[in-house]
Amino acid sequence: MKGISSKWKWLLLFSCITIGFGIYPETRTNAFSSQIIQKGAVGDDVIELQARLQNIGYYHGKIDGVYGWGTYWALRNFQQDFGLPIDGLAGTTTKQKLANASNFNSRFVHEQINKGNEFTYYGGVDIEKQVKVKSNANESKSGGGSANTGKAPAKPGTSANLPGGYSQNDIQLMANAVYGEARGEPYTGQVAVAAVILNRVESAAFPNSISGVIFEPGAFTAVADGQIWLTPNERAKEAVVDAINGWDPSGNAEYYFNPETATSKWIWSRPQIKKIGKHIFCK
Amino acid sequence: MIRNIVIALLVIGVGGTAFWGYQEHKEKNAILINAENTYQRAFHDLSYQVDLLHDKVGSTLAMNSRYSLSPALTDVWRITSEAQSDVGQLPLTLLPFNKTEEFLSKIADFSYRTAVRDLEKEPLNDQEYSTLQSLYAQAGDIQGELRKVQYLVLKNHLRWMDVEMALATGKENSDNTIIDGLKTVEKKVSGYGEADEMNPTFTSSQQRDENFKNLPGKTITKKEAIETAKRYAHSKSSGNVEVKAEENGKGSDYGFYSVSILNKESNSELNMDLTKKGGYPIWYINNRDVNETKIDLNQAYTKAVEFLKEHDFSSLELFESAQYDNIGLLNFVSSENGVKVYPDSVKVKIALDDGSVIGFSADEYLKSHKTREIGTPKIPVKEAREKINHNVKIMEEGKALIINDLGKEVLCYEFLGTIKEDTYRIFINADTGQEEKVEKLKNSEPVYENLI
Repeated sequence: MKGISSKWKWLLLFSCITIGFGIYPETRTNAFSSQIIQKGAVGDDVIELQARLQNIGYYHGKIDGVYGWGTYWALRNFQQDFGLPIDGLAGTTTKQKLANASNFNSRFVHEQINKGNEFTYYGGVDIEKQVKVKSNANESKSGGGSANTGKAPAKPGTSANLPGGYSQNDIQLMANAVYGEARGEPYTGQVAVAAVILNRVESAAFPNSISGVIFEPGAFTAVADGQIWLTPNERAKEAVVDAINGWDPSGNAEYYFNPETATSKWIWSRPQIKKIGKHIFCK
Repeated sequence: MIRNIVIALLVIGVGGTAFWGYQEHKEKNAILINAENTYQRAFHDLSYQVDLLHDKVGSTLAMNSRYSLSPALTDVWRITSEAQSDVGQLPLTLLPFNKTEEFLSKIADFSYRTAVRDLEKEPLNDQEYSTLQSLYAQAGDIQGELRKVQYLVLKNHLRWMDVEMALATGKENSDNTIIDGLKTVEKKVSGYGEADEMNPTFTSSQQRDENFKNLPGKTITKKEAIETAKRYAHSKSSGNVEVKAEENGKGSDYGFYSVSILNKESNSELNMDLTKKGGYPIWYINNRDVNETKIDLNQAYTKAVEFLKEHDFSSLELFESAQYDNIGLLNFVSSENGVKVYPDSVKVKIALDDGSVIGFSADEYLKSHKTREIGTPKIPVKEAREKINHNVKIMEEGKALIINDLGKEVLCYEFLGTIKEDTYRIFINADTGQEEKVEKLKNSEPVYENLI
């Protein structure tokens, strides 16, 4: 009889543990997809990477699914401490070690992100206490989240990689101009128009900011007739990002015009570089 | 009776229309005056700033000590930037008023570079002094012309809106004092000639081969250009493709071919520019919609490396990578004996659905790549590290070649470090120990739409 009772005890304990795992599905098996996560990546794997690194106290930034510098240093420190090659790449071994060392409650993290809550995911603190529900009230930060300086809650993919030196609003403004000026043009022509704006910013003969160039009186017809305020599509934005990243199909042009609609005779006196779609690009 | 009612209604109608018309007219005038005033302010402000500029440059001529010269030159720099901003607000883009702004930026460059220099150690040399003198004379000329225009504007109550109208209706030839006056200013400035007056220390653009002149190889024909483009497109000449190639226009500074290959089956178009000299690809875009992510950034990197190898871009090293939705962008710089050469940069855009290369830009690389002799650092890395602010926690270090503020290529120690959550890239000159550049690296930005 005694033997049986001790067996029961073990069974009870075992089932408790199983239930415990069931309640907190802190997945060990289902960790990460097979990708090697590299700096600059975005997506669910990055969210998991950030959450896991924060869980064991390496990452103090916002869990936003964008692999930026903060994540990079956190991962490198982790790799150093765990005797891995320090390369900032989350490959198979790194992911395995990280998954073994940390917890990740996928449902919880994604729920917070989807709700736009501000939250942290430090280990050893009740996770529910680390959530600041999205509201306008300026409550004090929840426990463990002291280093979480991000003011912004983020939904998946709601933080974005941006080409150096430009904000999303700059890109939006340029996309507006490109769309207003060249929405009927081939993609290359749109990149070229965006490149012209950037060439003007660089040039000594024009204002030194994107807004200065775009709103210079008489510079763009789309500004003069209000077409700049049409809502641009994604293609126009992509064209702008390409131009910022260094594509210049215009051949360093600073002017362009549509020969069918150009009103100024002066513009014909500019040395012409090439024609893309309907636009002639000039120096 | 009915007639009376109709008459009454008509009277009300006419009266109402008249009243409405008058309101509209008033509103229109108010807006016109508002716009006019903005232009007037910009113009009068410009002429004031040029006045000030002339005086300031004049007084620097008499100064000798660093203590007075540096602040005075800084002030000149500030004034030029104000004046530039005024020019940018005038409706002159379609008028050839660029030279004036160029002139302002020349003064700005000159004053900035001399103001930040340690004038005690390296005082103005004779050439710089004579540059300053000629800038003074030129500023005086412009000042005179601008004042003339200003006088006429004030005397005849000339309105900028009329200039605007003249430009809009294409009647630029009509007699317009403002346009004519400003054209005279412009003519004066263009008479000063290009950068040759600026002394040889200011060669920021000469470092780079802007016009692809020094590329090795012989000049290619149109046919060869098409062949090269096809190699990039991986298209067999059979099949449903339409190939077009055009030469550059006469106004271009360098010779290039623009090739476009339209694949009618997949309806995708490849556009590409190649230099005539040597037939190097300046850029290519093979744009299509990419709607899903199947491969990760690291695989994209491998694809990009394969691509670069295939097209003979050697000894490149990944500098930055980023994912924009379903597109991976990889930025490579060339690397020689462990020194990253930042000016030599090549960008590759990879579609993350099938890993194909949908964009490529070698513009920067072709302009700055050359056989360099990178010397060895004169100071040890330890000494360079000590030059860095002690609040920065140094995480990574290496060697790099960058173009500094003065437009010179300099060999530097490169440090990546952090202060709290921010990451900085710091370049310390490997010969002098001078801090050449400190950049705060960008973090990702939240999308504001979701914050409100």
